[in-house]
Amino acid sequence: MYPNEVELQWSVLIVLYPFLTGLVAGAFILASLERVFQVQAVKPTYRLALLTALAFLLVAPLPLQLHLGHPERSFEMYLTPHGSSAMAMFGFVYLWYLLAVLVLEIWLDYRYDIVVLSQTTTGWRRLLYRILTLGSTNISPRALHIDERAGWLITVIGIPSAFLLHGYVGFIFGSVKANPWWSSPLMPVVFLFSAMVSGIAVVMLLYMLLTTMRREPIDMCCVDTVAKYLFYTFIIDFSLEMLDLIHRIYEADESFRSLDFMVHTKLYFSHIVVQILLGTVTPIILLAITQVAKLNDLVRKRIYAVAGCLTLVGIFAMRWNVVIGGQLFSKSFLGYTTYKMGFVTREGLLMAIMLTILPFIFLWILVKLLPPWPEKTLFAKAASAP
Amino acid sequence: MTMTRRQLLILLPAAAVAWDSILASTPEASPNYNMAEHWWAMLIDITKCIGCGSCVRACQLENHVPDGYYRTWVERYHIQDWEMEYPKVDSPEGGKNGFPAAKEAGGKNFFVPKLCNHCADSPCTQVCPVGATFISPDGVVLIDQKYCLGCRYCVQACPYGCRFINPQTKTANKCTLCYHRITKGLTTACCEVCPTGARQLANLKNPNDPIHEFLRTHSVQVLKPQMATHSKCFYYGLDGSVR
Amino acid sequence: MKIFQDAGHLFRVAAVFLVGLIAFLTLRSFLVPRSFGRYGHYRANAITEIAALPVRYAGHQVCEGCHADVLDVKSKGVHKGVACESCHGALAAHADDPGSVTPVKLDTAVLCVRCHQESLAKPKNFPQVNAVEHSGGAACNTCHQPHSPAMNVGVTQ
Repeated sequence: MYPNEVELQWSVLIVLYPFLTGLVAGAFILASLERVFQVQAVKPTYRLALLTALAFLLVAPLPLQLHLGHPERSFEMYLTPHGSSAMAMFGFVYLWYLLAVLVLEIWLDYRYDIVVLSQTTTGWRRLLYRILTLGSTNISPRALHIDERAGWLITVIGIPSAFLLHGYVGFIFGSVKANPWWSSPLMPVVFLFSAMVSGIAVVMLLYMLLTTMRREPIDMCCVDTVAKYLFYTFIIDFSLEMLDLIHRIYEADESFRSLDFMVHTKLYFSHIVVQILLGTVTPIILLAITQVAKLNDLVRKRIYAVAGCLTLVGIFAMRWNVVIGGQLFSKSFLGYTTYKMGFVTREGLLMAIMLTILPFIFLWILVKLLPPWPEKTLFAKAASAP
Repeated sequence: MTMTRRQLLILLPAAAVAWDSILASTPEASPNYNMAEHWWAMLIDITKCIGCGSCVRACQLENHVPDGYYRTWVERYHIQDWEMEYPKVDSPEGGKNGFPAAKEAGGKNFFVPKLCNHCADSPCTQVCPVGATFISPDGVVLIDQKYCLGCRYCVQACPYGCRFINPQTKTANKCTLCYHRITKGLTTACCEVCPTGARQLANLKNPNDPIHEFLRTHSVQVLKPQMATHSKCFYYGLDGSVR
Repeated sequence: MKIFQDAGHLFRVAAVFLVGLIAFLTLRSFLVPRSFGRYGHYRANAITEIAALPVRYAGHQVCEGCHADVLDVKSKGVHKGVACESCHGALAAHADDPGSVTPVKLDTAVLCVRCHQESLAKPKNFPQVNAVEHSGGAACNTCHQPHSPAMNVGVTQ
């Protein structure tokens, strides 16, 4: 190891960040399936997916801020962004996606509900909803039709924006020529597809969980369709990762011996066991079974739940293996170091756990303020659909 | 030391004047320093390095480098036979206190001092999100300690492992080629104390610079040429096994 | 205009965005450091600040200004290429105020072996010995004059 390489630079918080933004991008893509691609079956998850994306997006900058040596200087990325740095683009891509895509789309979709709630609730809620209406209470059919069209347009812009939001994270790693574990043109694509997989899985799980908690029947047609998309996306993701692996093994460049040894020793558990076997192969097989065999509702629900959870664990492991794995070996290819993760430190495990729980708290608040359930929608969208 | 009082009375003021002109602070304010006339580089002669670690100690002292981190360090290589893909390398505390006796006899053995290569196309300045690290007009890659966020991207991007995060300032830190010395007509701390002249500073814009002449007439190498960083730290006598 | 009828709320949103953008640009003009961008995408004053850092090693030319007699001896011996501070440590403080800052007397038994202890990795033509066998633990300056250490040059202790 070069003497300065012994200590790892990027900690578990930097593993968490791509995981969270991945969930955002994936949830949004699922929502866009209904909005742009007219996949009516997944409609029950539409609003929930948007709120999930927002909850996770709000938490996403926190691991980054906690990791910086000088978080108070982070606004410098907005003042003097360095054009050649992928990381500098973060501030603007994030802001664009948050404000111009996600918040705007949620606002447009919920506008009718917001206006009605601003007139029917009392106290601080009334004030909140009144502010959210921006002073306009126009909910005539034509206004709502304009909202519908505008929302469609924003979703169309939002899909490449979601790709950009998570693709650039992959590019941050993929463009570092100094690190052969990261440097690859496939990196942004792999990150993106694994993000879609994790996002679809989390929305599917949340929908099943929250619907069960509300004692409502789960729309099996919806969940079946979501699971189908999860399966297809997973196939693509797995193929890309296998392509990277096979290419590496075949070309066997100067870094290969060192990386190969690392995967077989230090990363064996997290890479082979957790990411590949438990987190990718098992969910794919489980989902494949549901696609080919005729199983009853209960069995399918159970399989989806297990597959969804394993998927999330697997995608987190993938982020771990990329970020931490990329720092465990020396750039001289002659040595290895270890990651000493603290527990109660600023960048430790406890902080990572808290930051993983926080988006769910935000989501709970959002669900309470802006209910996403189809039967609770105050305006029957079917009546005004073109 | 035997010196008459008279000699001392003449020498002391002269030395004081010389010292004061060296202490003039800014490169623009320094009377003799013009950034446009300099393009700094370093030459390391592997055939002369004895692994004494004087450079590591001097750098630490001159630049207040915290313990456990290194702006420069020395590695010792041992290649048993012809297998240059798998050298045995050690660098105990960066070579700061020299090296213990070799464990294996025979083979090819040599020392390799390393430092920031002050690349002309440096990947570290490319990735800095705010412009806190940059290459100065006279060719030295520097870090603005007041602007750096401590995001560590530059540390990841450096192929040579010469950057670290200073635990006290929480910003990126690395060899500055003793910029505060070279702009005053001094040489870097590591070159100053190197007893064998294995480390030499060079000004590539000065045609009369002897090191510049050396680079024009001898076979020299750089570390990791495939990275195309246009490193300005040149090595003479660098073996192919050096990583 | 019919196309903008019932679209008032969209204009309100656009207005919010516009206000935000103007506020950001105004704030930015105050916060970006003045010297930023003078030579490139960085704060030019950083160069000045780095160049103004204090110096700890004086450099051998400064030493030779006062200690010409030592230079006389050293320049004729094999240590002529070795800088004063290589052995004597950082002495800019001493050069600044020679009277009150005195350099520490060195212990040759520790100092000399750092360079001259034999090692397989050192160049073959570099003078190196096994210190224990060579002098039995006696300090090096018992026999060698550090400023001109070669034994046959005619300058001995």
